[in-house]
Amino acid sequence: MNDQLKTDPSKPAQRMRAGSMTLTLGPWIVAAIALLVMPYIFTSNSALTIMNQMWITVVFALAYNMLLGQGGMLSFGHAVYMGLGGFFCMHLMNYIEDFGLAFPLPLLPLFGGLFGMGFAMIIGSFSTSGAGTRFAMISLGVGELIAACSVIIVAFFGGEEGISGDRTYGLPFFGVEFLKQIEVYYLISFWLMLSAVLMYLFSRTPVGRMANAVRDNPERAQFLGYSARWVRFYSFCASGFFCGIAGGLFAISYEILTEENLNATSSGVILLVTFLGGVGFFFGPIIGAIAFTLLQTVLSLQTELWAIYVGGLFLATVMFFPGGLAGLMMMHVPALRLGKAGGLVMPYIKTLIPGAIGVLGVCALIEMTFHFRHAAKGDHEMTLFWTTFDSHTVMPWLIAGIVAAVGLGVARATAPAMKEAWDEANTAGGAS
Amino acid sequence: MSTAALELTGLKKSFGKAEIIRGIDLSIGKAERHAIIGPNGAGKSTLFNLITARFPPSAGTVKLHGEDLAGLEPYQINRKGLSRSFQITNIFPKMTVFENVRCALLWSQGYKYSFWNLVNRSRALTEGAEAILEQINLLERRDLPAGTLSYAEQRALEIGITIAGGADVIMLDEPTAGMSHSETDYITDLIMKVTEGKTLIMVEHDMGVVFGLADRISVLVYGEIIATGKPEDVRADPKVQEAYLGAALEAEH
Repeated sequence: MNDQLKTDPSKPAQRMRAGSMTLTLGPWIVAAIALLVMPYIFTSNSALTIMNQMWITVVFALAYNMLLGQGGMLSFGHAVYMGLGGFFCMHLMNYIEDFGLAFPLPLLPLFGGLFGMGFAMIIGSFSTSGAGTRFAMISLGVGELIAACSVIIVAFFGGEEGISGDRTYGLPFFGVEFLKQIEVYYLISFWLMLSAVLMYLFSRTPVGRMANAVRDNPERAQFLGYSARWVRFYSFCASGFFCGIAGGLFAISYEILTEENLNATSSGVILLVTFLGGVGFFFGPIIGAIAFTLLQTVLSLQTELWAIYVGGLFLATVMFFPGGLAGLMMMHVPALRLGKAGGLVMPYIKTLIPGAIGVLGVCALIEMTFHFRHAAKGDHEMTLFWTTFDSHTVMPWLIAGIVAAVGLGVARATAPAMKEAWDEANTAGGAS
Repeated sequence: MSTAALELTGLKKSFGKAEIIRGIDLSIGKAERHAIIGPNGAGKSTLFNLITARFPPSAGTVKLHGEDLAGLEPYQINRKGLSRSFQITNIFPKMTVFENVRCALLWSQGYKYSFWNLVNRSRALTEGAEAILEQINLLERRDLPAGTLSYAEQRALEIGITIAGGADVIMLDEPTAGMSHSETDYITDLIMKVTEGKTLIMVEHDMGVVFGLADRISVLVYGEIIATGKPEDVRADPKVQEAYLGAALEAEH
């Protein structure tokens, strides 16, 4: 067992960081190019809208993971910091409109960030003295409090209809007025890139490193000269700053903020997104945000029940892959290093494809049940997987049931072989 | 006369009605290696926790280099040059071995809560951490998560973390607990090496380690020190033999 763990200090390429990955410049350049060319690949307006939403969620999720993954603080009310930053930006936008201020719109998220950080400083001053249940409960309480305030302090939150504005009244920025969606896309992409780089660099600073130490073992950190509380406080403020930036981007993109941006549901979603992507790696929340936004937007066009599937996926992640999607990917690094990843392809195909087909069979059963119970009376026809059939006959149920049973059965039968292949691929030496 | 590295005066601690530490006066000089021994439940670990402000004392004072530590938080005491290890291995399990040591260096190298420096850029940090790893023979394990090390290696790492900050008063709580003979010898040599010229205060059960390392020994029984002195004097002390050592020494022969 120890042989495969031993690393050779003379070969930097073999080094693996626990908990976080050392990213070199490469991935950043790839990411920047991807951000630049995406609108040329997905040109439709709806695709742009989806990408805008995705990148805003990425900023938010990365900021959230500064607490959850890096600092070990579970917050249940983090939408507050993004929401407040967004509300503040909406007000700024309206001031610009009302008083004709010469203010370039691209700078707006910075002020959202500062506002988010300011609020985080107030809350953090008393919530960061512990990381456990106390912190989680305070975050939940503050979240509820602010969400409740949104209908009470109407001047700031705009009551039930929220605050809306118009981004195009700012000072034209080098001739750009942000009338077009594509201009907003590049504005968001710029801030995404900047925020992601800054958040990554933060994790490499002394206080960022100590955040990991405090997460792992607050008491030991105290005996290294660091107050666990102050380390948490700095992480909390930094997280609040980047949440505020996400809020500012949201304000620019949607031109409206409501109570929905502050409430517990939004806080829950970001927790789900981050966990789905994987809290243990810096890039985890990025994957989570992309996957979740795609599920939310694309899947919701296909089925009303999309939330059930997302919930199921989340549960499966928590139970079987606590490292999230990023953890799942990084699990394969040792096999790749040993040059044995190829041996995993066939076992994966044999197990995962039947498994996926089986899951689709289960989904079909769920959809049919839903249609059977909730479709208008007399409407027996439904379309599923490009097939139209009568949901009140036995045949479709039989087929879906058999597909589900056989698919899952085959997956179950081949799972031990996959496990064996996995162990083999992760053991040094032997036939490769 | 120079001030003692660590001076305890009338130190007491009660948990409810139970008096665990019942008035301890002890003065430990600079660069002295001092061992605290005693039967189970004598209050050795509690004494450690009182000195490092893990618990507040019920009465009495703790002075580090003549300075009263009352009311200070553990991290403030650490900054004044007192560092400790724990009876139960206390490291950062999910971080790499290198990262563990580097974190221990941050404060002493003046980084404080800086978020404008990148730790990878600092050669002093990297070299400092690697020098410590070399001292504790863990250079080869540099990039492994600390939680995957063997028990003895984790104990060695903890000693490394404890000394890394450059503290001049080192407190080790049972550094060889649960170790095999060869591991114990290894850790003893390690302690000898890394505490050169520093004040060492250790709680230890293994009499071989104690008599090999310590300049002076204090015997703690039921919250009181019944004897303090050179190893041979303590060994000869009839009170000590009666209370504790006799049985242990007999067991050794």
